[in-house]
Amino acid sequence: MDMTDTAQTAHLPQVTEPRNPGMALDLDWVHGAQANRSAIERRAATLPGRRSVKKEYQAAWLLKAISCIDLTTLAGDDTANRVRRLCAKARQPVHVDLLEALGVGGLTVGAVCVYHDMIAPAVDALEGSGIPVAAVSTGFPAGLSPFHLRVAEIGESVKAGAKEIDIVISRRHVLEGDWQALYDEMKTFREACGAAHVKAILATGELGTLRNVARASLVCMMAGADFIKTSTGKEAVNATLPVSLVMIRAIRDYHERTGYRIGYKPAGGISKAKDALTYLALIKEELGDRWLRPDLFRFGASSLLGDIERQLEHHVTGAYSAGYRHAIA
Amino acid sequence: MTVKEILDTMDYGPAPESAAEALTWLVDQGDRFGHFIDGAFTAPGPGFDSRNPATGEVLATLTQASGEEVNAAVAAARRAQHKWERLGGPGRARYLYAIARLLQKHARLFAVLETLDNGKPIRESRDIDIPLAQRHFYYHAGMAQLMEAELPDRQAIGVCGQIIPWNFPLLMLAWKVAPALAMGNTVVLKPAEYTTLTALLFSDICRQAGLPKGVVNIVTGDGAVGEMIVGHPDIDKIAFTGSTEVGRKIRAATAGSGKALTLELGGKSPYIVFDDADLDSAVEGLVDAIWFNQGQVCCAGSRLLVHEPVAERFHDKLRERMDKLRLGDPLDKCIDVGAVVDPVQLKTISDMVAGNTAGQTYHADVALPEGGCFYPPTLITGLAPSDRLMQEEIFGPVLVSTTFRTPGEAVQLANNTRYGLAATVWTENLNLALDIAPMLAAGVVWVNATNLFDAAAGFGGVRESGFGREGGWEGLSAYTRPKARTKALSPVPPMPEGGGAPADPLDRTAKLYIGGKQARPDGGYSRPVWSKSGALLGHVPIAGRKDVRNAVEAAQAAAGWAGTSGHLRAQILYYLAENLSARAGEFAHRIDAMTGRRGGEKEVQASIQRLFTAAAWADKYDGQVHGVPIRGVALAMKEPVGIIGALCADEAPLLGLVGVLAPAIAMGNRVVLAASDPFPLAATDFYQVLDTSDVPAGVVNILTGPHADLAAPLAAHLGVDAVWSFSSSDLSGAIERASAGNLKRTWVNHGQATDWQAADLRRFLEAATEVKNIWVPYGE
Repeated sequence: MDMTDTAQTAHLPQVTEPRNPGMALDLDWVHGAQANRSAIERRAATLPGRRSVKKEYQAAWLLKAISCIDLTTLAGDDTANRVRRLCAKARQPVHVDLLEALGVGGLTVGAVCVYHDMIAPAVDALEGSGIPVAAVSTGFPAGLSPFHLRVAEIGESVKAGAKEIDIVISRRHVLEGDWQALYDEMKTFREACGAAHVKAILATGELGTLRNVARASLVCMMAGADFIKTSTGKEAVNATLPVSLVMIRAIRDYHERTGYRIGYKPAGGISKAKDALTYLALIKEELGDRWLRPDLFRFGASSLLGDIERQLEHHVTGAYSAGYRHAIA
Repeated sequence: MTVKEILDTMDYGPAPESAAEALTWLVDQGDRFGHFIDGAFTAPGPGFDSRNPATGEVLATLTQASGEEVNAAVAAARRAQHKWERLGGPGRARYLYAIARLLQKHARLFAVLETLDNGKPIRESRDIDIPLAQRHFYYHAGMAQLMEAELPDRQAIGVCGQIIPWNFPLLMLAWKVAPALAMGNTVVLKPAEYTTLTALLFSDICRQAGLPKGVVNIVTGDGAVGEMIVGHPDIDKIAFTGSTEVGRKIRAATAGSGKALTLELGGKSPYIVFDDADLDSAVEGLVDAIWFNQGQVCCAGSRLLVHEPVAERFHDKLRERMDKLRLGDPLDKCIDVGAVVDPVQLKTISDMVAGNTAGQTYHADVALPEGGCFYPPTLITGLAPSDRLMQEEIFGPVLVSTTFRTPGEAVQLANNTRYGLAATVWTENLNLALDIAPMLAAGVVWVNATNLFDAAAGFGGVRESGFGREGGWEGLSAYTRPKARTKALSPVPPMPEGGGAPADPLDRTAKLYIGGKQARPDGGYSRPVWSKSGALLGHVPIAGRKDVRNAVEAAQAAAGWAGTSGHLRAQILYYLAENLSARAGEFAHRIDAMTGRRGGEKEVQASIQRLFTAAAWADKYDGQVHGVPIRGVALAMKEPVGIIGALCADEAPLLGLVGVLAPAIAMGNRVVLAASDPFPLAATDFYQVLDTSDVPAGVVNILTGPHADLAAPLAAHLGVDAVWSFSSSDLSGAIERASAGNLKRTWVNHGQATDWQAADLRRFLEAATEVKNIWVPYGE
C-alpha cells in the first residue's frame, strides 16, 4: 500500500464519506443520554491492560497515529517562519531513514492547526502536499467575543484558505442547559464554514459532568458538526480517556441512528506514544476500524510526534533513542 | 505482515506473555509434585497429569493423595495448631504480611502459571486474580493484628479442611487460607485437580515466609481426596467452594459430625438493566459479568433481564460488542476470552447449549483457535423462566436473556431461582437501585458495576448458593468460635404419667398457634402433661408434618414483617415484655408446676429481660460501610434470614422459647417454633401474650409435639431458610442431613447445653441475619 492512496489517507471526511447534513434538534434523544462516570472510568482504566500492540504492529500503529496528528501551534509568539518550520515537519514528520527501514513512504501528518493570522503562511508552506490547514476560530479559546464577529472570523479563515475550522462552543449554553442555543450556534458556525469542514470543540474540562459531554456531543452533531473535539488545550483538564469514551459512544449512536460518520479529535495532554496507542485501541474497539483514518480521527497534539519518533527509532535499531536525533518542528 | 500491510489492516497482532519463567520453575521442581505436608514436599507418588487447556500440553505430573497422606497432613495441622494460635494475632500478622509481600514479589510468576494451568487470559490473572489474592493476605494480616482486641470472645476453630475450585485457583486459596490463618487455625487444603500448580507454588511461598511447618498443608488429587478431608474425624471445619451438587453431598456427609461448615456454591445471578441505564456501560459490564474467566464464575451475571422499552436496542448493542471480543491464546496480552478449563467442561457447556431449542442463539463472530478448549461467547435471547437454561448454571461464556415490564417484575424474575449468590442492577435512578437491591435474593448486589471484589467486603450467598461469608468482618465468624466452654446436655424427659386429677378442673384446651390463630392439630391427637406430683396439667396437641406445612405457609404469608422498621419491631417486643410481666406470676407457677423446680420466677424475669434486650437491638444491630478501594460504598446490610424453624430448649420452657423468638423476630424473621417437648404449656400459654401484643399473624407460629417428629419436616421443608435446634433430643445430625435439600442454614447444639440465663444475644442476632453487600460506585 502506498501512503498516498486517497482512500486510506484522505484527510477530509467529505472526500470519502457523505457529509453530515445535521438534523433537527431531538431533545428527547439529548435528555435520554446517560453517562455513568464510574463505569466509564472502569472501562477506560482497564482498556490499556486489555489491548496491547507489539513489534511491527506497534510500529505500524505509531505511523498511523502520526498520520492522524493535527500538528499544532497556538502560541501568542507564533510567526510566519515558526509556522513554516511546523509545516516542513508536517510534510516530513519522521526521518527518511526510519521510514525507509519501515518500508513506508509518503507519510504526512493529518493537518496543521494554527490561529487565523497564521493561515496564509501555512497554506503557502503546505502547497502541493495535500495537507489541509486547520484554523481555530470563533474567539478561541473562550468563545466569548461578539457572536457576529465569531461568525465573521470563520468566513475570514475560510477565505484565507483554511480547509478545517475548529470552533469553540459557548460553554454557558451547556451549563445553562440551553440546548437550543447550543444547536443554533453550532448550526450558524457550520453554515459559515461552507465547504470547509468544522470541528466542534466542546471544552469538556469546563462542562462539569460526563453527562453534559454526552449531550453537548449529540447537539453539535445534530447541528452539523463534521468532527467533535474535546478541548482547546487551554482548559485545566483536556483530553482524557473517559471523556473520549463518552464522545465516541455519542458518535457511535449518531451513526447508528443517522448513518453519518462523525470524526473525533482528542486534543491536549496526549504526549506519549503509549497514550496514542491506547487512544487508537479505544477507537478501534468502540467505533471500529473505519474511524482509524485521518478523515475521521485526529490527535490535537504538539509534543506527541517527538515521542513517537523516538519509539520508532527504537523499533528499527533496538536501542532507545534520544530527542536531539529527530528534527524539531 | 509488513508494517505497510498492518497500516492497512490495523490488526492488533500477537502480544505474547513469556511462559519461560513459569516453565523453568516447573522444570526446577522436576515436573513432578508430591504434597506439601508439615513444611516439606513429599515424594511424588502415582497420580495424574496437569494440562494446559489452551494447548492440551502436559505441564506437570501430580500426586493423588492416599488416605495415609491425608492423615499425615491432618496430623501435621493438628500438631501445629495450638502453637500457631498461641503465637497471638500480632505474631501471625507478620507471617501473613510476609506471604502477601512474597505473592507480590512473585506476582508475574503466579500469573503466568495460573494462566498456563487454568486457561484464563493473562490480563485477568495478572490484573485481577493475583492482586486480589495479595490483597486478601494484607487485609487478613490486619485482622490477625486486631483479633485479640476486636474479637475478645472468639477463638480459632482448629484444623480446617478446605476444598477449592478450579476457576480462581490462587484467589480461592487466598480467600480460604488467609482468614483461617489470621484467626489461628491451621489448614489442610485441596486444590482442584485441574488447577493445582499455583497452590504448589504457594507452598513454596510459605516456606520462603518461614511459616511454621504444619500450619499450611496442601494435598492434591481429585474428589476422592476431598471426600477423605470431609470425612476426616480430626478436622474441625470444612470450607468448600464449588458446585451446589457437591456442596449438598458435603452437607449430608458432615451432618452430625460437629464440624463447622461454610459453602460457597453455584449461582445463576441476575443482571438487571433498566431503561434509564447507561446502556453502553451496561453492555460493557456484561463483558465483565459473563465473559470474565470464560463465564466460569460462580457469581457470573449469567441471567440478563432487560427492561422492555430498551430490550431490542440493548441486545443489538450487546451482539455488536460480542463480535469485538478477542478469543484465543490465554497468554496473549490482547485476549479477552481464553480457554475453558478442561475438555469435560467444554463438553458440558456445548451439550447444554446444543440441547436448548428455545429463544434465539447468537454466537459471537469470532474465530476459534485450532485445538484447545474454546467456546465462543454466546447470547440466547427470548427465553422464559421455564426454560432450562434460565434456571441451570451453565458455567461457561453463555448469557441467557429475557425481558421485564416493571421493577416489581424484575425482582420477581430475578428471585425466581434456587440460587442467591449475586445480582447486578443498572439504572441511573438511585431511588430505584436502592429500593430493589434489598429485595434481591443475593449475598452481593452490584449497582452499575459487576464482579467487584475486595477482601474488605464479604462474599457469599443465600439459598442454594451456600452459606457463610468470605472477606470483611462478617467473614471471620467462619473461622472462629465462641470461647465459652459448653457442657453436655442430657435429655430432659417428660414427667411420668401421674394418673392424678386435673390441677384445674376447668378444662383449657391448648392448641397449635398458626397464623395468629389457635388451630387443632391435623392428626387430631393430643398428649397429657403431668406435674411432678402426678397432677394432670393439661393436654397439648401432637403436631405433625401437615401442621409444619401450615405453619410455614402462615409464616410465608407474613413476609411483610421483614420490611417493617426496627423501631416498630422494638415496640412490639416491648409490648410482649409488658404483657408477659403482667402475667409473670401465672407463668412462674406454670413453669414450676411442669418442671417440679422452683426456678419459674427467675425464668420469667429472664424472659422479660430477653424481650427487652431484643427490643433494644431491633433498631441497633447496624450494618457497616466497608472500606473498599473504589469511589463508592459497599454497604454491608444485615437482612433477616427469612423463615427460621427452631426446636426450643426442653429445659427452659419459657426462656428457651422467648430466647429464640425475641432475637429472631427483632431482626425481621418469621419463626416456626417447636415448644419444649416435655414442658410445652408455657409456650401454649404464651399465645395470649402474643395475641395481646400486636404481633402480626404468621410472624410467630408455635407447634407442640415430639421434637423427633417435627425436626425432619422442618429441616427438609424447602420453604424454610434456617433451622435451629436446642432440643435435648439428639437431633443435630438428622437436621443437618435433612437441611441439605435447600442448603438451609442450620444452628444445632450437637448435644451441648446453652446457658439461657446468659444475657448476650449477639450469637442469636448473627444467626438471625445474613449480610448482604451492596456495592454502589458513585460519581457524576
